[in-house]
Amino acid sequence: MAGNNTQLVSMLVQIADDHLILGHRLSEWCGHAPMLEEDLSMPNMALDLIGQARQLYTLAAELEGGQRTEDDLAYLRSDREYRNCLLVEKGNVDFAHTMLKQFYFAAFMKPFWQQSLNSTHKAFAAIAGKAVKEISYHIRHCGEWIIRLGDGTEESAARTRAAVAELHPYTQELFWMDPRHRSLVTSGVIPDVSLIASDWQSTVDRVFREARLSVPDVEYPLSGGREGRHTEEFGLLLAELQYMQRTYPGAQW
Amino acid sequence: MSSEPMIPLWEVFIRPRNGLHHKHVGSLHAADSEMAVQAARDVYTRREEGNSVWVVRAEDIVASDPSRSEENFDPAADKVYRHPSFYDIPDEVGHM
Amino acid sequence: MYSQGLLGANTDTDETEDFLAAFQARIDAEEKIEPNDPMPAAYRKTLIRMISQHAHSEIVGMLPEGNWITRAPSLRRKVALLAKVQDEGGHGLYLYSAAETLGVSREQLTEELLSGKAKYSSIFNYPTPTWADIGAIGWLVDGAAIMNQVPLCRCSYGPYARAMIRVCKEESFHQRQGYELMRKLTRGTDEQKAMAQDALNRWWWPSLMMFGPSDTDSQHSDQSMKWKIKRFTNDELRQKFVDATVPQAELIGLTMPDEHLSWNESKNNGEGGYDFGEIDWDEFWRVVKGHGMMNKDRIATRKKAWDDGAWVREAALAHARKTRERKEAA
Repeated sequence: MAGNNTQLVSMLVQIADDHLILGHRLSEWCGHAPMLEEDLSMPNMALDLIGQARQLYTLAAELEGGQRTEDDLAYLRSDREYRNCLLVEKGNVDFAHTMLKQFYFAAFMKPFWQQSLNSTHKAFAAIAGKAVKEISYHIRHCGEWIIRLGDGTEESAARTRAAVAELHPYTQELFWMDPRHRSLVTSGVIPDVSLIASDWQSTVDRVFREARLSVPDVEYPLSGGREGRHTEEFGLLLAELQYMQRTYPGAQW
Repeated sequence: MSSEPMIPLWEVFIRPRNGLHHKHVGSLHAADSEMAVQAARDVYTRREEGNSVWVVRAEDIVASDPSRSEENFDPAADKVYRHPSFYDIPDEVGHM
Repeated sequence: MYSQGLLGANTDTDETEDFLAAFQARIDAEEKIEPNDPMPAAYRKTLIRMISQHAHSEIVGMLPEGNWITRAPSLRRKVALLAKVQDEGGHGLYLYSAAETLGVSREQLTEELLSGKAKYSSIFNYPTPTWADIGAIGWLVDGAAIMNQVPLCRCSYGPYARAMIRVCKEESFHQRQGYELMRKLTRGTDEQKAMAQDALNRWWWPSLMMFGPSDTDSQHSDQSMKWKIKRFTNDELRQKFVDATVPQAELIGLTMPDEHLSWNESKNNGEGGYDFGEIDWDEFWRVVKGHGMMNKDRIATRKKAWDDGAWVREAALAHARKTRERKEAA
């Protein structure tokens, strides 16, 4: 059981990292959206994501014995210790790029949370119950935007295609089942993420069809985040995220 | 006039909970009805203000002409017989 | 044609003396004026100016605080700040909507802001170099804004009053989060205390300037009061703000950067109030006229967001058009 606990903490932190980093990127848009209505929609999603990250970090901190807090986990690790996938740390390019990134992630998380509703770990199942509603809205909102951008003007279609070309190679990492977490699947705590791929694919196909986009064949998938190997821009993200905690060690805010 | 193409204006109505009417809460801009409903949700229900949203294109609303408000609404003022207090009944009857 | 908004409608009124007197009588009777009611052109113009300035202030106001979202020192502070800045966007949206009922479009108003023609609150032309600035803005800037906004909930123009009721309801957490943040700093390390005092030193005077020129110099006050668009004068509101805020600073051990600040028993009709030093009106006008540290930066940032978003707005419209045409063709 002790072994299982370590694995669960590691898994929770990994999911939390995905949410925190994606929420961080999305929050960079606040005040800069293409229209005012979207300046309310994007922070709503960012608040959902950071909120989920907080719940997951808090649970992880509890399970590892209460020595650390959600903030210690969020702010005080080195880059190699963050286990978020590379997709979520990709820097903002334009609105199509951001909507697509959100959509790819949400299309993955929805089945993940749905299958976690019956987790044998009650506290984790409770987080899933709340998160699944939030993420369903993200799929809808971002999906509708992708349809409009993909099937909008020539420029919007070109930008959306460029975003697909750039981001699609990063999506396979979502379905990588870390062998360290395998026993959590066996004991019914988390779903097997490698089995989520088909569900994800059908969500993507449905929206892409309407958006008149084609799903690219990825010859060279990119990954590394799950093992702590990150992009260059991730270091800069951490510099910003951690600035206060690193500059004033131990201070309370 | 502005050179920017206009994104249509929508009026937003929210029902605070079942059993109540939808109530006008404000407006927003959206290119189509689906985005208008989503924007209404994001703009006007951040604090649990409701469980149902209606959006209506502002230009589709037909309203009474304010310059005719006297002929429209003043004639109702003296029809006191439409109100229960117009009728005398003995106190002994109690509530009726 | 007579919907909530008046875009494109003819709003001309024949401003005879009788008309103006009848309008003033409605105002004096505390009747609300609604979008399609006849109103003097100057009343409409004043409201458009006030409401759009107010809306622009909310939108530009997202920037100085937005500057700290990605650097907020804890997750709790991060979500609070993000939700607050988002609220400001919402307030801007409610206010643009209210302005639109008077026959201007949001696009028009946005272009006026970006061209530099329209004004917004000068306070947002000051920079936010430290985390404590987020506390100072919430506590002082939102505090001053609330002083202004609460009476606007009773403004004679219905849509503005209704928007303000919504805004005030939402604002109530903003000032509290700012004050809480400052209080936490004053109970922290010496560095944190110094950061809080430094932020107060920089924001105190600009927040007093937020109430606008002194009553003797304000060009808009009289008529706005008569029309019950405004309910208090600039100086009255400023005094209320000083009286409310000085004890709050004392409570958390901060010192107001004003050597002339002192309690005066006889102020406010004998209820007492604070005397305070002279505001540097040269600085006020300098920033209003566009020469503050961040004026150019703020407008450039808004303009970039608007320009970068053009293709998105065009795409949304194009898609709506295509969908309609396909439906008609089917």
